[in-house]
Amino acid sequence: MEKLKVNMNNFKNMNLSKDLYNKEKLEKKPTRDGYGHGLVELGKKNPNVVVLGADLTGSTRCDWFRKEFPDRFIQVGIAEQNMICIAVGLALSGKVPFASTYSVFCPGRNWDQVRISVAYNKVNVKFTGAHAGVSVGADGATHQGLEDIAITRCLPNITVLAPCDMIETQKATIAAGEMEGPVYLRFAREATPIFTTDKTPFEIGKAQIFREGKDISIIACGPTVHEALLAADELEKEGISVEVVNNHTIKPMDEKTIIETAKKTGAIVTAEDHQVMGGMGSAVAEVLGKNQPTPIEMIGVQDRFGESGGTDELMEVFGLVAKNIKEAVKKVIKRK
Amino acid sequence: MTIKELEKKANTIRKDIIEMLLEAKSGHSAGSLGMADVFTALYFGGVVKHDPKKPDWEERDMVVLSNAHICPAWYAVLAHSGYFPIKELKTLRKLGSNLQGHPDRSKVLGIETSGGSLAQGLSIACGMAYSFNKLDKKDNWVWALTSDGEHDEGQMWEAAMFAGKNKLFNITQIMDRNNIQIDGYTEDVMPLEPLREKYEAFGWHVLDVDGHNMEEIIDACNKSKAIFEKPTLIIAHTIPGKGVDFIEWKYSWHGKVPCAEEADKALNCLRTLDGKIKSEHE
Repeated sequence: MEKLKVNMNNFKNMNLSKDLYNKEKLEKKPTRDGYGHGLVELGKKNPNVVVLGADLTGSTRCDWFRKEFPDRFIQVGIAEQNMICIAVGLALSGKVPFASTYSVFCPGRNWDQVRISVAYNKVNVKFTGAHAGVSVGADGATHQGLEDIAITRCLPNITVLAPCDMIETQKATIAAGEMEGPVYLRFAREATPIFTTDKTPFEIGKAQIFREGKDISIIACGPTVHEALLAADELEKEGISVEVVNNHTIKPMDEKTIIETAKKTGAIVTAEDHQVMGGMGSAVAEVLGKNQPTPIEMIGVQDRFGESGGTDELMEVFGLVAKNIKEAVKKVIKRK
Repeated sequence: MTIKELEKKANTIRKDIIEMLLEAKSGHSAGSLGMADVFTALYFGGVVKHDPKKPDWEERDMVVLSNAHICPAWYAVLAHSGYFPIKELKTLRKLGSNLQGHPDRSKVLGIETSGGSLAQGLSIACGMAYSFNKLDKKDNWVWALTSDGEHDEGQMWEAAMFAGKNKLFNITQIMDRNNIQIDGYTEDVMPLEPLREKYEAFGWHVLDVDGHNMEEIIDACNKSKAIFEKPTLIIAHTIPGKGVDFIEWKYSWHGKVPCAEEADKALNCLRTLDGKIKSEHE
């Protein structure tokens, strides 16, 4: 039975794109587009779904919902603290509200409201942080949300999701709308490869093994998962067998899958477009330190702010691409 | 209840507040005593539509306490309404109690939203009012209790703008205008006046009442339900610590509780009053 369960997680059942390792061939779209599509689909399914915007309706893709359901879209202006608490009032009156803006503003600017009125209150509010990560690019440090995972995952009652591509984001949005309780969803601004398919399974709280390996495991979330896959493919040619885990649910984390992969390969690299302090990698380290002590290297932003630049340039400068993941893999393998 | 009976009930609520705070050894005396009359009017004067036997009743009004630290007054009226046993009041702020230092909706029936960080309640009330009025076309009313001091927070004005924009006439905000906050008098800490003109400019209908005059409070609440196209603010002019002479008007009693000797004096004070609360505004 145990064996069967592990097999269920097997990459062979993941139905990933056939062009998985051909970055040029894969269609690219931003994860936030998946949010936009997911909202429209949810809106059709459930008349209680309402969407709140704080003057960023287009760039959070909420305008797609607004066009379909103008009566269920609420414009609050540039007032994120007000927005999240209005969402709380709506939820307490039986609605399923999605409060949408950039991650630096929600949960950044309105964190106290998220802590008390959403998390402590345990209400059915979904809130989203678009434009997370240095991949935001030219807007620079002020608009690159690098702390959102850290400040949401430390709050009781909240589910934290960081989906890996547009299709998975659509599934995550729908799953969030269909579960009871507060959920934080994290998106990126830039177009990134779509490498999962409609047939790829998705379940909140269930990490997925996107590639099997035996020497080391890369645990990643968000669009960085694809960089991890590219790194794994190249490392294979150098004789290193790499397992890649898509850890989309940062809280509650799928501890079983994380512990099993660590047990199997004995070395871990975590990868995310977020500060390494308090991020997804930290959460993995917390699980493994207690259950399965394993050497870990962490790819992420190393205790500094972002800056302006092109997305590709920044990803290189901040060390968040396949090349950096490969280096981390080689480093951690020596520590086994 | 007659006005006389309501005044006696408010006196009982005040005694409960003193006893709760004495037992708890921490909490907020001045605001809780000051709002005892408003809470009594809301729950026993036929203002709030509610049924303690059916706390989930779909037709009920929503009550939101934004300045959640004065919850002892709310706990007392909820207990006297029958939401939970009156003897439970003595467990305030103790380990394992349902009566947390600031209200937790998962622990007390009749409390719609947890609170404790100022200025969040009015926004939550806006969300409820929007849901009832704009989305469900239902006539449930939302009573948002706020304080003057929390109007230092920008979020209060964000919520006020939103309610004005959307003409959320099904909100009645009752502001505890007691002129004090922890560090001193509100107008010294951060001047709030002219509150009436500010709220009117934000699209609200504004009423002023003596917050210790039952008739005036109930009358203003009823009037607010007749105002269409605009949310209503009732500025309840109250005396912090009302009913206990040595607490009245003193901002030092904002976050302080009576010791045993002071509690005796306070209870004696309230017994002598026997419901004859006299307002300074009369």
